Amino acid sequence: MLPELGQFALILALLLALMQCTLPLIGAWRGNAALIATARPIATGQFVFVALAFGVLTYAFLAQDFSVKYVAQNSNLALPWYYRFSAVWGAHEGSLLLWVLILNIWTVAVAALSRRLPDPLIARVLGVLGFVAVGFLAFTIFTSNPFARHIPGLADGADLNPILQDPGLIIHPPMLYMGYVGFSVAFAFAIAALLGGELDVAWVRWARPWTNVAWAFLTLGITLGSWWAYYVLGWGGWWFWDPVENASFMPWLVGTALIHSQAVTEKRGSFRAWTLLLSIFAFSLSLLGTFLVRSGVLTSVHAFASDPKRGLFILAFLTVVVGGSLTIYALRAPKVAGGKPFQMLSRETLLLINNLLFACAAAMVLLGTLYPLIGDALGVGRISVGPPYFGFMFLLLMLPVVLLIPFGPFFRWAAGDWRATVRTLVPALVLAVVCALAAWLLVGGLHLRAVAGIAASLWVGAGIALYALKRWREAPSGRRYTPEMLGMIAAHFGVAIFLAGVLVTESTSVESDVRMAPGETKNIAGLDFRFKGVAPAQGPNFRADEGVIEVSRDGKLLATLNPQKRQYSGNTPVQTKADIRPGFLQDVYVALGESLDPSTGSGQATGAWAVRIYVKPFVRWIWLGGILMMLGGFLAAADRRFRLHAAVRDPRSETRSGNEVRTSAAFPNPASPIANPLQP
Amino acid sequence: MNRLLPLIGFFALVALLGFGIWWNTHHESNEVPSPLIGKPAPEFTLPLLYDSTKTLSKRDLLGKPYLVNVFGSWCVTCQYEHPVLMAEAKQFGVPLIGLAWKDKPEDSKRWLEQFGNPYDTIVSDADGRAGIEFGVYGAPETFLVDAQGTIRYKRIGMLTPELIASELKPQLAKLPQAKP
Repeated sequence: MLPELGQFALILALLLALMQCTLPLIGAWRGNAALIATARPIATGQFVFVALAFGVLTYAFLAQDFSVKYVAQNSNLALPWYYRFSAVWGAHEGSLLLWVLILNIWTVAVAALSRRLPDPLIARVLGVLGFVAVGFLAFTIFTSNPFARHIPGLADGADLNPILQDPGLIIHPPMLYMGYVGFSVAFAFAIAALLGGELDVAWVRWARPWTNVAWAFLTLGITLGSWWAYYVLGWGGWWFWDPVENASFMPWLVGTALIHSQAVTEKRGSFRAWTLLLSIFAFSLSLLGTFLVRSGVLTSVHAFASDPKRGLFILAFLTVVVGGSLTIYALRAPKVAGGKPFQMLSRETLLLINNLLFACAAAMVLLGTLYPLIGDALGVGRISVGPPYFGFMFLLLMLPVVLLIPFGPFFRWAAGDWRATVRTLVPALVLAVVCALAAWLLVGGLHLRAVAGIAASLWVGAGIALYALKRWREAPSGRRYTPEMLGMIAAHFGVAIFLAGVLVTESTSVESDVRMAPGETKNIAGLDFRFKGVAPAQGPNFRADEGVIEVSRDGKLLATLNPQKRQYSGNTPVQTKADIRPGFLQDVYVALGESLDPSTGSGQATGAWAVRIYVKPFVRWIWLGGILMMLGGFLAAADRRFRLHAAVRDPRSETRSGNEVRTSAAFPNPASPIANPLQP
Repeated sequence: MNRLLPLIGFFALVALLGFGIWWNTHHESNEVPSPLIGKPAPEFTLPLLYDSTKTLSKRDLLGKPYLVNVFGSWCVTCQYEHPVLMAEAKQFGVPLIGLAWKDKPEDSKRWLEQFGNPYDTIVSDADGRAGIEFGVYGAPETFLVDAQGTIRYKRIGMLTPELIASELKPQLAKLPQAKP
């Protein structure tokens, strides 16, 4: 009975979404206040029904209702309750429902926190968001119904994909979707501005905090995903450039360009077309990512189930949304470049370069991801490009970014002082070069990439630190750092940390595969690893072989690691569960290989195993950098500037729309109410 | 015109993606009627994974049928396929040759050490050239080559026990030289 109610709720939500994307838009177009006023209640209603559907599905999982096909496919009686909870988004149908729920959370947040924005604008924004909801609700209901029954009901279900049975997977998808879907708000603001023809800079100021928050969530989601891959896949890698990862990385790259471009448009009025297009593309790439992951176009040789009907549906929807937006853009985009003039050497130029490089990087990743498909289309065969292509191209495109980051804050708007900036940055340059040289001389045989990593990290880190110092000295006390500025400093400092992590880890990790008999000790990278043998262990829903390895340095025990090889129910492959001793300066990573005992015959059982030992210096810095970038996004979004006197600096919109557009009022902080969206 | 460029670019992309869907629909369950089926297997000469001073070429294998399984330590699906090969390889009755595709030899070896080695011989195709000759578009893939060096069967994607029973074994049975 409940699942049918859930489905019914979804259908009602779809009907409300249809109203949401028509009535307010018509209202805004005809200037009908009554229709405009329907936007918020309809959005709220839609949220209520989607939340209801989501709650019903969650309940079906927690109560183990195996008469629901999706539940039966993705959980079983032995699955612990927290994985039954996260299994809701463990496969296709449920993750779509999560997608829609998060879209609704964003929509309701916009509706609730925009009381002081012009009503027609908000009607248009909610209308556009409603249109997106229509697409995804219809997709869920018509092609991927999570409430479909399995008749007769089953006594027990299959299992959640063992690779997803991990704490990281409880929070990774929701955070990623918060980011993906969050770009829909910037998108909706851009389309609303195009529709309304009010292409001044006011909409950008309103869209900025939302974009920053979405970008921060996406950063967190990607960081969590990378961390998860590192400790779950058992290879010690942290990024694989596979289509699914790329699907989340492309919106991030465009989103990064967008938050910078928005800053220019809001403060200087320039780059209006850039900001509009990047807003459209950031969300379009989120949709494209969904298409690529869900249609099976690229993943047909991977483990995902693919369904051409689903692919066709998303493609049609993608065409309507993106094609429609770009058509509106072509018709309504500003005909003259607005904004204040700027010289060659100015902050605007630097940010233009930033826009270009990040847009190119996104295009490069898109090209590489679609390469097999292009090969098919041109009849040259399905060839894929691998990490070497992505790694090399990305390095090439990001090198100028890294070199230029410290200049950004020092350069003034309109006309930067090249000489003065270089003079200011000399200490950072000297520090970077001296430390890199010292590291190279002190540590014998250090890889060039590690040296480059140290130099790049110190260059960016010290450059940003110099800027923070300059503000501390020059600005009056109490007004030294705005949250926006702190966000910038934190995020760019995150880049420095990230650079050190990536380049040092990649070049100095020690990877060793050894045969170990019980009692044996190996010395690897200055640490002693003592293998005490492997014993069977029993988890809640798996059996495992668990190894015991003591790690010590100079006779002092540092950690006891227990890597496992897990066999979950059914025909699933054995999962290698590495055990890690995390450290700020280095991770010790141990995974079990195969038992080296002869399985049959008369060979003597020695209890020996193949053991993989990694020592990975600085690997945590990769995610620490990501966390700092995320923090930067949230900090910047919290700036009071976005909340107070939202459009005071733009007198045109005040005079033109008079009373109706209440521009000088407060814009509440968007970060707080959505910080914890998944409280059921 | 300038402002139409994004739209034009996007429609090119849609055309490509639409083609992708069409391609997938018309190549049911990945069974591409490969242009290579019924044709001679491409010539190859590759170093052995465990002894790179020796090589194995198509000529060495003429005279008896064999299976070529394309794998790589970087390939997640291969990990799923691997237990199947471990369990069934001995029953094929023909040699199973592993082609370690686009993979560093040390990574392949480590992978095999961890998951076991179902192969009779393994050759290393680190730069992926032989894979291109075979028309490989993603690991895992499996080819059945007969005694005359002609490709008889091809599977793109993972071999499952069901597929082995329903497709591969009948093909193997058709081979005159293969023991049942």
